[in-house]
Amino acid sequence: MSKGSFLSASIGRKFFMSITGLFLVMFIIVHLSLNLLLIFDDKGELFNMAAHFMATNPLIKIMEPVLALGFVIHIVWSIVITIQNMRARPVGYNKTNQSVNSTWVSRNMFILGGLILVFLGLHIYSFWWKMKITGDPLLSHVTVMQAGVPVEMENAYKLVSTLFKESLFYSLIHIAGGILLGLHITHGFWSAFQTIGLNNQIWRKRFFVVAQIIGLVFAIGFSVIPLYFMIKF
Amino acid sequence: MADIILKKLYIKVWRQNSPKEKGRFETYEIENISQGSSFLEMLDILNDKLILEGIDPIAFDHDCREGICGMCSLYINGRAHGPDREITTCQLHMRKFNEGDTITIEPWRAGAFPVIKDLIVDRTAFEKIQQAGGFVSVNTGGIPDGNAIPIGQDDAEEAMDAAACIGCGACVATCKNSSAMLFVAAKVSQLAKLPQGKVEAKRRARNMVAKMDELGFGGCTNTGACELECPKSISISHIARLNREYLAAKFSE
Ligand code: HEM
Ligand code: SF4
Ligand code: FES
Repeated sequence: MSKGSFLSASIGRKFFMSITGLFLVMFIIVHLSLNLLLIFDDKGELFNMAAHFMATNPLIKIMEPVLALGFVIHIVWSIVITIQNMRARPVGYNKTNQSVNSTWVSRNMFILGGLILVFLGLHIYSFWWKMKITGDPLLSHVTVMQAGVPVEMENAYKLVSTLFKESLFYSLIHIAGGILLGLHITHGFWSAFQTIGLNNQIWRKRFFVVAQIIGLVFAIGFSVIPLYFMIKF
Repeated sequence: MADIILKKLYIKVWRQNSPKEKGRFETYEIENISQGSSFLEMLDILNDKLILEGIDPIAFDHDCREGICGMCSLYINGRAHGPDREITTCQLHMRKFNEGDTITIEPWRAGAFPVIKDLIVDRTAFEKIQQAGGFVSVNTGGIPDGNAIPIGQDDAEEAMDAAACIGCGACVATCKNSSAMLFVAAKVSQLAKLPQGKVEAKRRARNMVAKMDELGFGGCTNTGACELECPKSISISHIARLNREYLAAKFSE
């Protein structure tokens, strides 16, 4: 296969967008599932155990750089594709009426993605950065009984719950992030299958419905967590 | 029923003398247009008036005026082929407009479709994509026996649906990326579903996509706008097939 031409071809680029996009969706499903433990156990033991497992499991250690790479490819390619697509119409229309033939989300994937990226920066800074790099007094170790054995681990629950309880700003930002991601996925998920070529008349409708559901689950799932801490405490 | 007469309309139209010259919008007034007349008849009437006034008539493409040749283009009030579904501009009627309306008419906008004059754009790019692989290279010989090559009903239908594409370019004009994917997908699909086309399927997908990219069309982001504005309702499921054909061709290289 002539790699150069595939990487620069329109369909080749989209292929990488869709593969990385679907990979990110899988990550988000795992991420959301674990995070929802935050609201099912007010002592925080479940969440701390899950976070501890993720931080110590060798497979997850390998997946971390892969995930970062997935993000980088997805974002870099989205920039390249968007510039290329804008160049294809050097003189624009005076009047357009696009709302009759396509959804706002499908036309603004790059804007949505860009906003998600801004959110991501803040999100990484407030959690990942503190857990992995700088540390934080809130994280001071707790002991959790795991299968009858006491295990010492970081109190990630304390860090997360304190932030949401104390900062309305962070809570709102996280709700917005969840909604933006949900919107991005309502188009992105079915679009990825179209790009890979796994669609036909029937499956297209099914993937579209699934995309709406996943988008809704992401938006609600991620919003519920800060809302829970805002309302309950 | 007597036709309703539109007493006055304002036609805001793109005027550009040549590919190199800068264009501009001009607004012309036109009176007493029957709602029963077609959009192109309205433009004919306007052009007659302009000629009498010593103004250069508006250049626009048209040929069959019955929705089969794909020549008529025109981006009307923000939509390819105007405010109606599944039609070409020549099939658009003035009953879609109201008294006193300002109607904005622009040429197809895409880097790959440069303006020749006024509303006429150069769609040779489509020809070039076709020449890159949109054919079957065999001598067909005499008329073969109808049932010599059995083809399933579903495959035949899919191929015929794709073959309905008239190469008008509304998909490119509509797409926010000026992508030609629907056109290319139709041209690949109409052959990919048939045994005669399968032999060259890989080469065809690869070469037509390469040509499409080379000519400066944008990429597909699956907004689905093309399908809804296509006068022949070519489905974007053909785009999925094109992606499939192309990826299969590339991965088997
Ligand atoms: C962080 C910044 C992000 C940016 C800048 C971004 C940008 C984009 C852009 C421009 C597209 C192409 C739009 C289109 O094809 O219509 C896209 C598609 C997609 N994105 Fe994102 N995105 C980001 C994050 C994410 C995340 C976190 C996920 C997953 C949870 C994701 C999943 C997808 C999927 C599945 C597609 C569809 C690919 C396709 O159309 O073939 N994106 N993204
Ligand atoms: S796919 Fe539809 S809109 Fe595009 S050129 Fe063919 S007939 Fe015209
Ligand atoms: S003039 Fe032939 S399709 Fe409109």
